[in-house]
Amino acid sequence: MKNLLKRPGVQAFVASVICILLGLIIGYIVLLFINPQGAWQSITDVVRNFFTWSRPPQRLKQFGNTLAKTIPLIMCSLSILFSYKVGLFNIGAAGQYVAGACASLYAALAWGWGWLPCMIFAIVAGALLGAIVGFLKSYCNVNEVISGIMLNWIALYTTNTILSNVKETASPYTLYLNKENPSALLPTAGLDQLFNKNTYVTIAVPLALIIAIAVAVILTKTRFGYELRATGLNKNAARYAGMAENRNIILTLMISGALAGLGASMLYQTGYMRWECTQSSVPAMGFNGIAAAFLGGLNPIGAVFSSFFIQHITDGGQYVNTNYYSSQISDVISSVIIYLCGFVLFIKLTINRMIKPSKEKKGEKK
Amino acid sequence: MESPYAIEMLNITKRFPGIIANDNITLQLRKGEIHALLGENGAGKSTLMSVLFGLYQPEEGIIKKDGVEVQIKDPNDANALGIGMVHQHFKLVECFTVLDNIIMGVEPVGHLGFLRKKEAREKVLELSKKYGLEVDPDAKIEDITVGMQQRTEILKMLYRDNEILIFDEPTAVLTPQEIDELMQIMRNLAAEGKSILFISHKLAEIMAVADRCTVLRKGKYIGTVNTKDTTMEELSAMMVGRNVNFHVEKKPAHPGDAILEVRHMTVASKTHNNNAVKDVSFKVRRGEIVCIAGIDGNGQSELVYGLTGLEPLTSGEIILDGKDITKASIRKRSVAGMSHIPEDRHKHGLVLDYSLEYNMILQTYFESRFTDNIGFLRRKNIRNYSDKLIDQYDVRSGQGSITMARSMSGGNQQKAIIARELDKQPELLVAVQPTRGLDVGAIEYIHKQLVAQRDAGKAVLLISLELDEVMDVPDRILVMYEGEIVGELDPKKTTQEELGLYMAGAKRDEVKA
Repeated sequence: MKNLLKRPGVQAFVASVICILLGLIIGYIVLLFINPQGAWQSITDVVRNFFTWSRPPQRLKQFGNTLAKTIPLIMCSLSILFSYKVGLFNIGAAGQYVAGACASLYAALAWGWGWLPCMIFAIVAGALLGAIVGFLKSYCNVNEVISGIMLNWIALYTTNTILSNVKETASPYTLYLNKENPSALLPTAGLDQLFNKNTYVTIAVPLALIIAIAVAVILTKTRFGYELRATGLNKNAARYAGMAENRNIILTLMISGALAGLGASMLYQTGYMRWECTQSSVPAMGFNGIAAAFLGGLNPIGAVFSSFFIQHITDGGQYVNTNYYSSQISDVISSVIIYLCGFVLFIKLTINRMIKPSKEKKGEKK
Repeated sequence: MESPYAIEMLNITKRFPGIIANDNITLQLRKGEIHALLGENGAGKSTLMSVLFGLYQPEEGIIKKDGVEVQIKDPNDANALGIGMVHQHFKLVECFTVLDNIIMGVEPVGHLGFLRKKEAREKVLELSKKYGLEVDPDAKIEDITVGMQQRTEILKMLYRDNEILIFDEPTAVLTPQEIDELMQIMRNLAAEGKSILFISHKLAEIMAVADRCTVLRKGKYIGTVNTKDTTMEELSAMMVGRNVNFHVEKKPAHPGDAILEVRHMTVASKTHNNNAVKDVSFKVRRGEIVCIAGIDGNGQSELVYGLTGLEPLTSGEIILDGKDITKASIRKRSVAGMSHIPEDRHKHGLVLDYSLEYNMILQTYFESRFTDNIGFLRRKNIRNYSDKLIDQYDVRSGQGSITMARSMSGGNQQKAIIARELDKQPELLVAVQPTRGLDVGAIEYIHKQLVAQRDAGKAVLLISLELDEVMDVPDRILVMYEGEIVGELDPKKTTQEELGLYMAGAKRDEVKA
């Protein structure tokens, strides 16, 4: 048992599960304090999410919705963990995501582009924003967290301004993509049939999985990944080995930005959501990506599962019984759980401390 | 009856995961004696002292003060018992005066919270006179010599009325002249009734100053001897467990053409406004080992940074094998035939959380034998290459190529770096303190490798702070003082005393490149 616990992969998994359980318990306690009557029912509904629907076709459709929103979260968490491997904390993923949304929606609604050009445009927009953070970091020594947070707001308000040109006159929302330019919707390739004709389930789903695998391969099996991880683990040694540090920082943040931008295109180009041009907060997707990246043990494949879980909980929040609780409580519960997900590294450390004494005894036997 | 011992550490055992750092060790410090604690790096000296200071709690064993058992749970307990320590790296505030540093933490304060520095100054002056510890109480730490900084540290202990004084390798940063002064101070302190623990691995110093010596090896207690009744050879055999050849065997050098030529090199300092390296010129030829000697912090590090490309030059030129590499990148210099064993193997030399095999290719990973055309690593080649180096250079690790570098011992980490840097077949090897922190066996091995490079017709530039290494290994010595080369010496003709004068800046020649 203890030998098993020493393996880093097992540790990451156990730590993630402990975080999830802790989050659920604390969420439950919060509900108990507000109103003990509906607490158990509500917390189970959060966990069950689409299973609360009694009819299988309905379940499938809701499952599809959760899946559609999981895709951008996967991309954002990949964006975070990719730069994290190089020792950079790309909190600007939120802004790069916004830039991707702006680019794909504007290209689709104002210029009538097809889905692929729109998607590529979103990738470019995200990469550009990432490149700005990278340039500031490597040539002006500006901390990537500071410049990332500032660029998040710049991206948000710029996007509000630009997308106001393609919004409905009566509402703050952008025009319907399926009415104005259906060619910009991502093809479903028959996947909608699997989810009770849920057209929000598109090729984005397999694409995101392929990208997650590609990220894992790049990080562990290529020269580029070797350089990036060396830089992240020991910047001085990387410099000593003659690796081009500045170039790698910029390239990493560009790829991170591209992933986040692509994530936005994968959500907005399904037509599931429209952009609200009066919103005054940066969409949570980029920030939830941080929690998803850590919950997934900073592993690209782990990120796929953790993203799905986080989205599952977030969506489950809408099933909290509103007879007992105000509707905002769903956000409180899911954010408590997401917050706890950030504790994975702490839990890992605790596990390590707990198994330490047994290692000592082993040393004695030698 | 009063106990003759100031401090007794009886049957101390302290375990860490995987190793027993202290295995049933007993150390008894008599009142008024100078007691040396001798052992190689990793022998358990630091752990034992940390136990005495309350930083670690031993699993077994007790500590007695004046014959009474005491519990030391943290450094505050140790201070209360009158135990003080001069650390190898001084714990002084650079921009404070000597007096401020001495009274820090125990400032005499009046009723309204004002400092009463006059009282403190009188006490400090009195102490400094009594023990012959010459300091200027109003000088700032950053402006005074290392020797005076050390005296400040000693005064700090005395000001706190400490009775038991621990010196942790106090001579590592001093010139030979300053070492003599320190020895006298230690004798004065002991004569006044202070009990001194002197941690060292330098045998000559122990023989000169200590009354008794306790030897540790690999965490075990080997014995305690009177220095009067023993010899250096006997002590070293106790420390290492076998007889060691102190002298480096080498044939006379046959220098050829210059491989490295440095002309008027100037490098700016990161920590102060002056240049760290000032207009330095020298040559290193094929088939010779040139050593840059000097006290730590006289520009040696910056010289290496400038040479290897880690820092840009302010002015000057570097010619490697006939090519101007003044502006070349680190990678270009490496490919052009420069290998670099860095000063700090953890900071620069290794990616500690990479496996040994990935560390073995740190300088060559981009070559076509390790990376294919599309950019994928050739993992099989990497493994074979790493296995080959491990075998050839006798790098020992738990799991061979897949061992994490972090889990390896310092000596084997250094061997891995040496394997990597030498296997590149460099024209010039820049070795910066290659034996720092290593045990005698590893030092012997590394010195042999340096000489082998020389004999193979390569150029070796050695940067060292260890006097024995400076005297034994190179064919020529260049002494650096305050960023300049102040003397060129022939190790066969010079003495440690003469070298010390140059290192302290007391003597200088005009050196031509």
